[in-house]
Amino acid sequence: MLIKLKGGTVYDPAHGIDGQVRDLYVQDGRIVEPPPGARVDREYDLSGKIVMAGAIDMHTHIGGGKVNIARVMLPEDHRADPQYHTERLRSGCGHAAPSTWTTGYRYAEMGFTTAFEPAVLPVNARQAHMEMGDIPILDKGGYAMLGSDDFLLRMLRDGADQKAVNDYVAWTLNATQCIGIKVVNPGGISAFKFNQRALDLDERHEYYGVTPRQILKTLATAVHELGVPHPLHVHGCNLGVPGNVETTLKTITGIEGLPLHLTHIQFHSYGTEGDFKFSSGAARIAEAVNANPNVTVDVGQVLFGQTVTASGDNMRQHANAGHAHPKKWVCMDIECDAGCGVVPFKYRDRNFVNALQWAIGLEIFLLVDDPWRVFLTTDHPNGAPFTSYPHLIRLLMDRTFRNEQLSRLHPEAQKMTTLASIEREYSLYEIAIMTRAGAARLVGLEDRGHLGPGAAADITVYTPDDDVERMFAKPTYVFKDGELVVKDGEIVHVTWGTTHTVKPDYDRAIERSLTDYFDRYLTMKLDNFIISDEEIAEDGRGSVTVHPCGGRG
Amino acid sequence: MAKLIAPGLWSEVPSPFCGIGADDLTVRVRDDGAVTVEDNGDPVTRAGFEQPLGDKTPRVDGRPVPLEAAVSRAAELLQAAQLPLIAGLAADVNGVRAALSLGDRLGAVVDAADGEALLRNLLVLQDSGWMTCTLAEVKNRADLIVMVGGGLETGFPRFFERHVWVDGMFVRAGERRVIHLGQAPSAAGRASPGKAPEVLACDDVHLPQVLAVLRALVKGESVAAEAVGGIPVARLAELAKSLKAARYGVLVWSAASWNWPHAELAVQTLCELIKELNRTTRCSGLPLGGKLGSQTATQVCGWQSGYPLRIRFSRGTPEYDPYLNATERLLDEGSADALLWLAAFDSEQTPPPTEIPTIVVGRCGMAFPRPPAVFIPVGCPGIDHPGHTYRTDNVVAIRLYQLRSVGLPSSAQVIRAIEQRL
Repeated sequence: MLIKLKGGTVYDPAHGIDGQVRDLYVQDGRIVEPPPGARVDREYDLSGKIVMAGAIDMHTHIGGGKVNIARVMLPEDHRADPQYHTERLRSGCGHAAPSTWTTGYRYAEMGFTTAFEPAVLPVNARQAHMEMGDIPILDKGGYAMLGSDDFLLRMLRDGADQKAVNDYVAWTLNATQCIGIKVVNPGGISAFKFNQRALDLDERHEYYGVTPRQILKTLATAVHELGVPHPLHVHGCNLGVPGNVETTLKTITGIEGLPLHLTHIQFHSYGTEGDFKFSSGAARIAEAVNANPNVTVDVGQVLFGQTVTASGDNMRQHANAGHAHPKKWVCMDIECDAGCGVVPFKYRDRNFVNALQWAIGLEIFLLVDDPWRVFLTTDHPNGAPFTSYPHLIRLLMDRTFRNEQLSRLHPEAQKMTTLASIEREYSLYEIAIMTRAGAARLVGLEDRGHLGPGAAADITVYTPDDDVERMFAKPTYVFKDGELVVKDGEIVHVTWGTTHTVKPDYDRAIERSLTDYFDRYLTMKLDNFIISDEEIAEDGRGSVTVHPCGGRG
Repeated sequence: MAKLIAPGLWSEVPSPFCGIGADDLTVRVRDDGAVTVEDNGDPVTRAGFEQPLGDKTPRVDGRPVPLEAAVSRAAELLQAAQLPLIAGLAADVNGVRAALSLGDRLGAVVDAADGEALLRNLLVLQDSGWMTCTLAEVKNRADLIVMVGGGLETGFPRFFERHVWVDGMFVRAGERRVIHLGQAPSAAGRASPGKAPEVLACDDVHLPQVLAVLRALVKGESVAAEAVGGIPVARLAELAKSLKAARYGVLVWSAASWNWPHAELAVQTLCELIKELNRTTRCSGLPLGGKLGSQTATQVCGWQSGYPLRIRFSRGTPEYDPYLNATERLLDEGSADALLWLAAFDSEQTPPPTEIPTIVVGRCGMAFPRPPAVFIPVGCPGIDHPGHTYRTDNVVAIRLYQLRSVGLPSSAQVIRAIEQRL
């Protein structure tokens, strides 16, 4: 079937197309050159509409153990946001920790077609994939967490060479069916198991003697040398700690030019100035990002209201557990692999710290010059649920609206931010970069995030509206792999996406030491740990897509 | 993964039965389908694997029928019901997925077997939370292990062998202290190499008071009583001191055996005590459970609906009520008018007695005092078909493998067929 999308105003930054009227042709799930003489089976008149690729969320907690703890923990949150069963849709719940079905529906209804779970504990990867396997419509993928696992820390302590670490990292990507490597509070999750309560960049892990700086350098090198497209994905030291801006700046300069993605950087951009000893480090962070082209960031914007924080960083989550709202929280130490912490939280605009967090996130968005290197996230659900993205986009695109929101915040917080003086407003083209073309390039999806021939036909069509929040909340059409899945903001057809992975080569000799290690210290056999393609595909809905790695080793 | 090392002989087989996901079994499958555990079995695991195969024929009102006829009859009964109840929920991940899909479609109540026991932990998670760890952390890190309440070593026979009486990365077997708070261990738990178990004996029903006093002592409160539940307070004070001095203490319990009203409050006291200890040192809880797919049920229900069990779909959206939606209550009060009982792991896990039409999707070999309206024998996950099940610690999903082909459908296939017939 040949579909023609006629006369839409196209924003396709991967090809430098900034609001030009174009026709698009779709055949067999792909965007194609107009086939000469072929009969068009279905035509959509998109004159006056805005056309972009399907949006990509490159960091959102949508599947895996800590997400499910958050779900089970929060019945009171679900009750306020029911999802009803229809002929087409499964029932479920939304808001802070939505059910898998609802996650897929709500993302698609906002024009998103791909999402990445950024904290896949290798030992819990099977669960993450099973949960994501129950998320309809979206393509998905995960970043495997390393850096507090005892196997790596033992290697570093024992002075293992980089080549061996590369093999272990490559083996982990293969075994867990992931597309990237994430490090969370490098070494800190392990240090917490030894009762260490903080671990700064150059502080030594009390047992292993290893520093976070070493861990970051080694893993960033491994990811780079293996040619994994997505740079090492870093949740840095000292999340949420006033003064952590210094650590973050040292992290940026300390990586010595290697590609590095710093995630939810808002939570790592705090100074200690002012009466409350809490201030914005956004300007300094943005300056460092602007000056270091090897660095990319996503923001982790805070928006006000009830949510739940779910993180692998149990050291920091335990330290913040006293702020839980409602008063309940979970911390886990997990399988010599990592940990997790789940703390419900309510961000309040009348709270000085929360208000300033809101402003810091927006300052970073607006002060980082290059939209190819800053990404739209709330670190769902940690800063806010993903359903608040249209509101966030309006804050970026509409200065009047932004300043009006700012004027309602805690007055002392207003004094501590330069936000009111920042004139920048994001353009549609820049929004398309950060949520489509840039995100696809960052993760290594060569055929997503753009509208050129050969791309997967993940396409979102909006009807222009003075209120861009309304526009981005309810696309007119969403196509997933060429099939119409959303019309006027509602699901009309349910499809199943693929799981994006990389499978870099490695020297199989690493499996011998892993087998010994598993037999001696872990609680399952190495072979039972490895996730096969069949496990993802056997339900007839899922599939595994492998993206190429260009080894640099 | 399970490997066929000789005709009919499998090694590295994971156990779907033991709750701790032991995956070092050697299992023999004879030509007639009979299964025996040759190596690394224990009473729980052997009893699971070695159940006789039984009659594979589906039955309607006790009469043998083709599978299609049984599926049709099941669909008719469920469709005719005002409030169908899908209970038991003892299956692999795909079986639970299928049950939830059917429940959503029918507007049924979906509940797991022995929900009371599961809620003793889940209500604590939902009210105040906890700090827990997983089996490998116990194995490698725990220098003080407190077994709270009785029956742990008989319910989880290989827990000690695999995680306690072995050298870990950071602690050697001989350096660990194991203290039993409650019952002295039976023979199975006493085999600790070279060490007599330490016991602070009390009846399990006194654990709420004992744990409350221990928590007070950990917090540094003064306690006027001299003994609680028969245990001298001075000895509990020593225990509190040991927990504070431990590098990494672990308190282990199995809520399934805490059979007194509102035992969740004792679990909560225990969990708050653990949080308190973490002000100065490290300590974690380890709830033991997860047999017969119970963790699998609550996990899959959690991600598909947001709620772990006792979910009512009759108003078109999942509604959770841990009291009103209980299997026992719905049957006793007569508000459910058809029951689908799902029990794929254990042919002895029969449905609760009830007068309402009952459909059993059960492990082949199940016998009934009175034949249910429909019985569809299914294969056991990890013997008859591949699948996934969760371990007690909730983090680790075990990949299960097919060891024999005797022509039994999986519970997921059967339930999907029922849904398609509606």
